[in-house]
Amino acid sequence: MGEANPSEIVLKVEGLGKTFKIGFWGRRVTAVHHLDLEVRRGEVFGFLGPNGAGKTTTLKMLMGLIYPTSGKAWLFGREIGDLDARRRLGFLPESPYFYDYLTGGEFLRFYGHLFGLGGGALERRADELLEMVGMSHARNLQLRKFSKGMLQRVGIAQALVNDPELVVLDEPMSGLDPVGRKEVRDLILRLKESGKTIFFSSHILHDAEMLCDRVAIIMKGKLVACGRVSELLRQGDTKSVEMIVGGLGREGLERLRSLAERVVVQEAQTLVVLNGQHQVGQALEIVRGARANLISLVPQKHSLEDLFMEEVKIHRAMERAA
Amino acid sequence: MKILSIAINTFRENLREKLLYNLVIFALLLIGSSIIVSRLTLGDYERLILDIGLGSINIFSVLIAIFVGIGLVSKEIEKKTIYTIVSKPVPRYEFLTGKFAGLAITLWVNTCVMVAGFLIVLRIMKVPVEGILFKAVGFIYLECLVVTAVALLFSTFSSATLSAIFTLAIYVIGHLSADLKLFAKKFMGEAGQAFLNALYYVLPNLERFNLKGHVIHHVPFPAADVGLTLTYGLAYAGLLLLLASVIFQQRDFQ
Repeated sequence: MGEANPSEIVLKVEGLGKTFKIGFWGRRVTAVHHLDLEVRRGEVFGFLGPNGAGKTTTLKMLMGLIYPTSGKAWLFGREIGDLDARRRLGFLPESPYFYDYLTGGEFLRFYGHLFGLGGGALERRADELLEMVGMSHARNLQLRKFSKGMLQRVGIAQALVNDPELVVLDEPMSGLDPVGRKEVRDLILRLKESGKTIFFSSHILHDAEMLCDRVAIIMKGKLVACGRVSELLRQGDTKSVEMIVGGLGREGLERLRSLAERVVVQEAQTLVVLNGQHQVGQALEIVRGARANLISLVPQKHSLEDLFMEEVKIHRAMERAA
Repeated sequence: MKILSIAINTFRENLREKLLYNLVIFALLLIGSSIIVSRLTLGDYERLILDIGLGSINIFSVLIAIFVGIGLVSKEIEKKTIYTIVSKPVPRYEFLTGKFAGLAITLWVNTCVMVAGFLIVLRIMKVPVEGILFKAVGFIYLECLVVTAVALLFSTFSSATLSAIFTLAIYVIGHLSADLKLFAKKFMGEAGQAFLNALYYVLPNLERFNLKGHVIHHVPFPAADVGLTLTYGLAYAGLLLLLASVIFQQRDFQ
């Protein structure tokens, strides 16, 4: 892929690093090492990594909550910390806590005021946002009576109050049940459709795989992979093919055993795991020869999780070598 | 606008503090008790009622300023609510000013409640109310603003418990700072004198805000002195807020 047009780059990070001093003796711990990233307009960008990899630290640096010890970052071409850039930004922190004595409506109005919004326009915007995240019923309900999923949704509404161009979400799916996660996923896709750029961190890879145009994977504060999901996953490549066959005779079973990686017999059905697509033709011939029924044939693709586990393995091996 | 929103939100947050109600109720009880205590005194009970009333208003306002003040910022950091505010186009000093203004509103409302209770007691006991009384209450409020600024300053870089201890210490020293000067004059060598004198000027002179003696003994407090004390109090609180903002600006929110 060629260089992106600079005006299309919404967020740019160059050599960003953070070292914390901890404990009485000020022992130095580096949370993020020399990070480079680019987020382009209109894309959904996933910032992935295991717990403690430095995702939240990076986001906090980008949001001006902590100061980087090295490197620089730009939002909309302006240095982070610039107030005008922040006007075009929405942020949802990780497992957010809010002023729980406010009602849903008051809560959104409060954040609207922080952007200098007010009057009827803000009232309308608050109603619109509550509607959008499906929380209109909670307009006059205090936040302390909200469930975690409701808090997450109203938190996303809070991040959208200024109609931002870039929405940054820190672990938007963590702690939610499957229904809640699906709702957040749908919401992210709707935001993308309306032309917003979304940058979110997650350790739930399945969600990221469904949503993201591009992802970056970070481990122990270091970037280990970055690119389009399809490129990273070498999509089209299949890892293995799973075939389920019914009424397979003894001879057919023996022949398949010699061919396949794994064969599992379950009553009348047999599960055959083939090593790759090239074995499918041969396997089908055996099935036909044995006059058995083919019940299903499913290619298994690489997932982000495989990539992730691979990276973890490489990372650990390198650490041991060092 | 932003500062006002944060101030109003802080005020609403303060109203949920149980500690606040306990302190105000206790102050009102104490002010009311002066009716009973005055029955036990011979002669000049007016003085006793004024003394207990103003003293109660003073102590409890300061306690509210300290114990609510130390939580203003540390609670926001602890509960991570600050993340959503600092990431918005709100400069950190505006956030601090808003928090300070919020507690200033709370203190104002509380002082009004306590003064109302005090006026009722004065009415019942037929003690004449003079203008100097309101000057005295105004200066108690000003003292609370200075103490709030001290609490806010400490809470930008230390824990809530340490901030409470430091602020209480400053409050006590602030009332005894005249002794520092006296001590320097009597005992110290030149270097020690310079040090103690510097300390005397750096620490807040909270005795300046104490007009209880004037009220009780009907000593007038001229307008020029009112202006000077007002300027001193506001300038001192403003300077502390500025210092707090500088420290707060450097801080990482982890």
